[in-house]
Amino acid sequence: MDAIDIQEDSYKDLLKLYIDTEDEKALYGAEKISKSFIKQGITPEEIVNLHIQSLQEMYDDMPQAYLRGLDFLLETMISYGLALQEYQTLREKQLEIKSELKIAAGMQKTLLATTVPVVENLQIGVVSVAAHQMNGDYHHFITGKNGDIGIALADVRGKGIPAALCMSMIKYAMDSLPEDTMGPNKILKNLNRVVEKNVDPSMFITMFYAQYFPQTSKFLFSSAGHEPGFYYHGDTKNFEELKTKGLVLGVTSETDYPEYERTIKEGDMIVLLTDGVTECRYGDNFLSREEVLEVIQQHMHLPAQEMAEKVYKHFERLQNFHLRDDFTLIILKK
Amino acid sequence: MDLQVEIMEQDEETAVLAAAGEVDAYTAPKLKEALLPLTKKENFLVKVDLKDVSYMDSTGLGVFISALKSTKENNSSMKLVHLQDRVLRLFEITGLIEIMDIEWGANG
Repeated sequence: MDAIDIQEDSYKDLLKLYIDTEDEKALYGAEKISKSFIKQGITPEEIVNLHIQSLQEMYDDMPQAYLRGLDFLLETMISYGLALQEYQTLREKQLEIKSELKIAAGMQKTLLATTVPVVENLQIGVVSVAAHQMNGDYHHFITGKNGDIGIALADVRGKGIPAALCMSMIKYAMDSLPEDTMGPNKILKNLNRVVEKNVDPSMFITMFYAQYFPQTSKFLFSSAGHEPGFYYHGDTKNFEELKTKGLVLGVTSETDYPEYERTIKEGDMIVLLTDGVTECRYGDNFLSREEVLEVIQQHMHLPAQEMAEKVYKHFERLQNFHLRDDFTLIILKK
Repeated sequence: MDLQVEIMEQDEETAVLAAAGEVDAYTAPKLKEALLPLTKKENFLVKVDLKDVSYMDSTGLGVFISALKSTKENNSSMKLVHLQDRVLRLFEITGLIEIMDIEWGANG
């Protein structure tokens, strides 16, 4: 049967074989032939037509009523043929979009690339994974002239292409800020102005910005409505939620961002995340922040990078390896 | 889960819009369609009752942000009432609670 030639003749032969013997092999052949017909763009009405011709060749005495019935079937198939053509056009278009998206995703990766700085006495671990091709989460490290480290973490409302475009805007706005060391509150205030002017009314961005000074271990931070991170105090072994005030970027230009300060001591740890972590949904359940914290605790004995990866793997498994939202986790450990 | 949106009361100056279900990327357009026109009437107050909204994501917040912007442009106002804890938390984290008229809990 493998040698079946995908021609009209073989359709006739198979049809005859089946009518004469009810051989299952003929049905198997029909299945193969229909696949090759689809590949060649042969429409359903053409197949019905072939069917009518084949029957007429085989039988001289076909009842008129039966033939008319088949003609009727042929007419009914015409719209299906059109639908098939439309489907094929859409498929081609989809492939085109897919390849464009692939290029765009590559560009975004290059554009948003950031190097994790090496800081004395501070380990930095990062995992950032997109749910779709383009990532709506953004993180960036900046090393200032005086050796201070800037850490930016942002999440654009929504996912996919619109979010990614918005992200690129943030990246450019950040790059155009003056070089001299600006505090987190000033940076957010500046970015807010840019975002507010340039986005759709329903679009907004949440962002956390921190500045770390290795010499004094001072950690300054401000938040624009971003999912609060956690601060682990090594001496008391307690987790503190990094509660902040500050409105999301893009709502109103008239807003200020308070600045907060901690001094990172030996044994302390900071966990920064996006809501792809805390809004993790499995089945009909939502993960509570307590559960997120439990997972973090389970892995906190590991070095920062390994810890971030292990925590990510845990949530990936929880969601059956299908992320619903972009996921970014940054761990700072001293 | 689906979202139901219904105008419960309406007179010359106010309307109460009740939502029930989950507000996410799929259902948010429905809320937006019902809410935005109400914010475009001058001196009008629209109350959004979120008593039966058990879940909202950032798309839902986006709808309220654009509604808030619209109230400012049209000199109207919006008040959100009866927010469940989970939904209220979103408004707290994002700082929107500071700039929106929001009442929560059973008596809100």
